[in-house]
Amino acid sequence: MFFNSLLTNFAALEVGQHLYWQIGNIRLHGQVFLTSWILLGALLVFISLGTKKMENDPKGIQNLLEFLWDYIRDLARTQIGEKVYRDWMPFIGTLFLFVFVSNWGGALIPWRLIKLPSGELGAPTADINTTIALALLVSLSYFYAGLSNKGWRYFEYYVHPTPIMLPFKILEDFTKPLSLSFRLFGNILADELVVGVLVFLVPLILPIPVMFLGLFTSAIQALIFATLAAYYIGEAVEEHH
Amino acid sequence: MLAFNFFGATEGGLFDINATLPLMAIQVVALTYILNSLFFKPVGNVVEKREKFVSNNIIEAKNKLSEVKKLEADLLTQLQSARTEAQRIVSEAENESDKLYKEALELANNEANASKEKARLEIESQTSAARDQLSKQADDLSELIVNRLILEK
Repeated sequence: MFFNSLLTNFAALEVGQHLYWQIGNIRLHGQVFLTSWILLGALLVFISLGTKKMENDPKGIQNLLEFLWDYIRDLARTQIGEKVYRDWMPFIGTLFLFVFVSNWGGALIPWRLIKLPSGELGAPTADINTTIALALLVSLSYFYAGLSNKGWRYFEYYVHPTPIMLPFKILEDFTKPLSLSFRLFGNILADELVVGVLVFLVPLILPIPVMFLGLFTSAIQALIFATLAAYYIGEAVEEHH
Repeated sequence: MLAFNFFGATEGGLFDINATLPLMAIQVVALTYILNSLFFKPVGNVVEKREKFVSNNIIEAKNKLSEVKKLEADLLTQLQSARTEAQRIVSEAENESDKLYKEALELANNEANASKEKARLEIESQTSAARDQLSKQADDLSELIVNRLILEK
């Protein structure tokens, strides 16, 4: 309890404070939805602008979107493989875009200027609920990918190459979502905390390199999340011989 | 202690897991469908159409290039054969004219020799005739002289 209150009050940072929304019997973290709606709204507006008038000679936003599409296709193709990457490209791309937009939006927009009655706005990925939701979606998708592509033969994967692997492979099904969610959550939260503490202690100049470092880690985390998700799906649909 | 709260035990904390989780999952799934129809499908169509267009053009250009090379080689062999043909015709004509020249020359030489021979023969016969006549006249003259000398005696 002491540590929690220390953490809560340290540097006037609000850690573990949430803006609660009560709908009937369920409670939600309102700040997570608010920021995600703003950021995803901006993303969708940007994408609609870029795809409004598609031309054969790409200009402006369309160029950027095509680059992004190509990047996501390469990522999905290298990890999942030529055969089924098309089915999973939208999911991998959405994960990448969601995590990337959330991370960068949380780092670039001065949310702190908006005062909430409780908690504060920030990157949606700095909330454990979001990252666990993403990680569980990845788990569901690789199970679905494996079962839909190979049927019951998917479970051969658990005894491949020897049945000794069985307990480890089962354990992996739990560690995969755990590591996915905690890696993203920890990195983004830590980045927000470090920047917050530095801004509180030394408001000038010193936080800037840390902010750049934060932007770098944010982008890397988005890439890692999407790559690992694609890798897990690729592992599930891979044919063993 | 950091509070590790599952579904509405005590409030707050970093690990406060509640209905945000399933709702966020639904939101991400919805976002996947929205992005698929707004972004991945249209952009993919445009990019793949262009890639197809470019690769088709490259194949077409390659075909045309090979065709051009074939035609070039064809023309080159044609040119070569035309050249040898021309050379052959020229040398043939040269030979022909050479032969004609030689024939004409020989004919002229023969003719000249023949006329020269004829002239020589004529000269010779005339000379011998003249000589004969001369010796006959000399004989006549000597006979005349002898007769006159004999008669005077």
